[in-house]
Amino acid sequence: MNQHTYTEVNNGSAPVPVRSTPVLSYGHFYDEVTKLLGSASNHCISYYCHDLSDRLKFICCIADDETGSIKVLSHEKKADGTPLRSLTVDCPSVHIFEREIHENFGVVFEGHPWLKPVRYPHDRADRLSVMDNYPFYIIDGEELHEVGVGPVHAGVIEPGHFRFICNGEKVLHLEIQLGYQHRGVERMLAEKSEALQRCILAENIAGDTATGHNLAHVQLIESLAGIEVYEALQIERCIALEMERIAVHIGDTAALCGDVAYQLGQVTCEALRTMVINTTQSWCGNRFGKGLIRPGGSNYPLTGEMADEILGNLADVERRYSNVTDCIYSLPSVLGRFEDIGTVTRQQATEIGAVGMTARTCGIMRDTRKTHPFQHYKNFQIDPVTLETGDVLARGMLRALEVKASAGIIRGLIDAWRKAEKTVGKPDYDLRLIPDSFAVSMTEGWRGEICHTAVTDSMGNISHYKVKDPSLHNWLALALAVRNQEISDFPVCNKSFNLSYCGHDL
Amino acid sequence: MAGFVLIVIAAFFFPGIILRTKSIASGRKGPGILQPVKDIIVLLKKGSVFSTTTGLIFQIAPAVTLVSVICAMLLLPFAEQRALLSFEGDFVLFAYLLALGKFFTVIAALDTGSSFEGMGASREAFFSLLVEPAFFILLATFAMFTGYTSFSVIFNQFFITGNDYVMIYSIIGVYLFIQIAMVENSRVPIDDPKTHLELTMIHEVMILDYSGFDKALIHIGTYLKFALYGSLIYNLIVPAGWNIFLQTGLFLAVQAFFAVVIGLAESFRARNKMNKNPKFILTLSAIAWIAFTVILILTDKLV
Repeated sequence: MNQHTYTEVNNGSAPVPVRSTPVLSYGHFYDEVTKLLGSASNHCISYYCHDLSDRLKFICCIADDETGSIKVLSHEKKADGTPLRSLTVDCPSVHIFEREIHENFGVVFEGHPWLKPVRYPHDRADRLSVMDNYPFYIIDGEELHEVGVGPVHAGVIEPGHFRFICNGEKVLHLEIQLGYQHRGVERMLAEKSEALQRCILAENIAGDTATGHNLAHVQLIESLAGIEVYEALQIERCIALEMERIAVHIGDTAALCGDVAYQLGQVTCEALRTMVINTTQSWCGNRFGKGLIRPGGSNYPLTGEMADEILGNLADVERRYSNVTDCIYSLPSVLGRFEDIGTVTRQQATEIGAVGMTARTCGIMRDTRKTHPFQHYKNFQIDPVTLETGDVLARGMLRALEVKASAGIIRGLIDAWRKAEKTVGKPDYDLRLIPDSFAVSMTEGWRGEICHTAVTDSMGNISHYKVKDPSLHNWLALALAVRNQEISDFPVCNKSFNLSYCGHDL
Repeated sequence: MAGFVLIVIAAFFFPGIILRTKSIASGRKGPGILQPVKDIIVLLKKGSVFSTTTGLIFQIAPAVTLVSVICAMLLLPFAEQRALLSFEGDFVLFAYLLALGKFFTVIAALDTGSSFEGMGASREAFFSLLVEPAFFILLATFAMFTGYTSFSVIFNQFFITGNDYVMIYSIIGVYLFIQIAMVENSRVPIDDPKTHLELTMIHEVMILDYSGFDKALIHIGTYLKFALYGSLIYNLIVPAGWNIFLQTGLFLAVQAFFAVVIGLAESFRARNKMNKNPKFILTLSAIAWIAFTVILILTDKLV
């Protein structure tokens, strides 16, 4: 029976022929998806639509965290404007995907409570829907007032508009309007024919997740080409990913301290972050790891001296970071600002399909490195850190704990790397992709689950490319977290999530 | 007159010392002591830009605020010299001159029509309201303690009343004036002058729309206000009868010490959550109230 409803793939494994995924009727598709998402171990990692000129093909990928398989379901419909029953009613976590499909192709989902624009792509279905006429949620009331923040913010951050409805200092509702950073990344990734161009594009999907997104992309290309890279390279990639996680987590700790005016924590962590990214720089010439991960090989293979340098710097950073976090998370004035602020409950996180750190701070064990292992994580034991309280403090503590865990992982990886066979391969930019196939690639960036999927045409060119950044799910968690909080606590809540604007806007 | 001049001199170095202390405490070299003054000179040379939604109030507010601080400076004595302006009950004028400046800042912020500035104005007005009792109860305590109601005489008599508890009152006074100065000057833990986050600001958000010359006036007012409180603190530490040259040196030392204390306090703690501020400020009034009650008992006024 299963053979007739969906195909199963694994993260980064060989691609499946497009035709092997059965095209279901919408009713059947709806029932299957609802049934699958009803189980706590499943969550939707991507649901999108692409235009086959005469009809629209919908692809839904549901990841099973227990078995590590990804189920791919599909249905098709003519582009004739007939509405579909909204899945969001039964599975709220797909709300953002339906919004996206609605915006891109004008498909109406009946019963969807929040069918608003997502990012204003150039070729959206309704060209009359523009930034200026975004349908904001409105609450009437004498005592209420609205506060609009952005899109241009004080400080060097990305653009995004936040609209608060407040009763005095208390936030009743926050609506986040994004799309200012839309660059058409997905279309460019599908259209660019050169592999190097695509890598550079993938590195710039979100500047702070260069390694995470690029690894997802490279893994996808290798998967579509049907190759598996040598062990040493897989280990190096995992090291790069963990280095990025450590650097960003430490930088975020600094920013959290900065927001509550705790100068000591801020400047110490800023200095430590520099040490980590400078180590990455001395490895590959770029502080954010750009240029490090390439299909088939590497321009910057890890050397014995480099491994020693990483270990040396890391030991130093880990010791000093642990000292400063002990200091931060035992200071009453800081705890007073972090504790019980911006709480996301486990139920909320489950409903909205939160991923990554947001999920792990609510007690949901959702870590791609463990549940859908990729690269060398397949042969490596990972014990993800989870916390229960879901507040700003939990998100801060999680960073402290993950830095420690990642440092341990890097030490283990370097041990494995020393034992691995030292093959050195240059990047291969001429990989031939298998025609008419479909592949999924997931990585655990520092924010959470990154998912890239692509379909190839009969010539072996990419005909559709889809990127999903963890922020796409987690922005809603921020909006829920600030409800009934003081508006003056919004910045620290926002910083504790540190979500990506450009990762969302693509 | 000497007191007035000394406050101006202290104000020159005050913000620079705070900045430098914070820099050193965080392991950085930091800008020169006079950097804030240089910034002001740059601002003074620039013109102002006014939003089209603002009116006359917005344009005159910085000048009114600065003038109100300067007038308040006239009321403070130094050493045995009387203040330039001194009369019975002059501390009431002192408090309301500062309040007048604040009032204009608040209505100018409302004048911009910005939702941020409205929020900041509401917070500033609320916290100023709460800190007022602390100031008056403290001054009333000193008035009871010395038997006079003018700054010049209170501070002149403070150390020669022969009261055994003068040191305790001096310490309580210094502590409360430092805390009141933190509230009035919008520093950590009440406010964070360094933040770029409008939603968390109190004072900074109200002056967001000012630029150039007007902004310089506001900054000068803030720096003078620091030295103003420093001067109050000084008068509670050093007896008025000491040698004038020694006093001049001590005055600058006390001001520098006050700035270092602020710098250190801001380096090693986080600011309060917004809804903790009222509690924090009311605690100051409570301390002042206890001091006042005790002085009533000591002077046999409380039956």
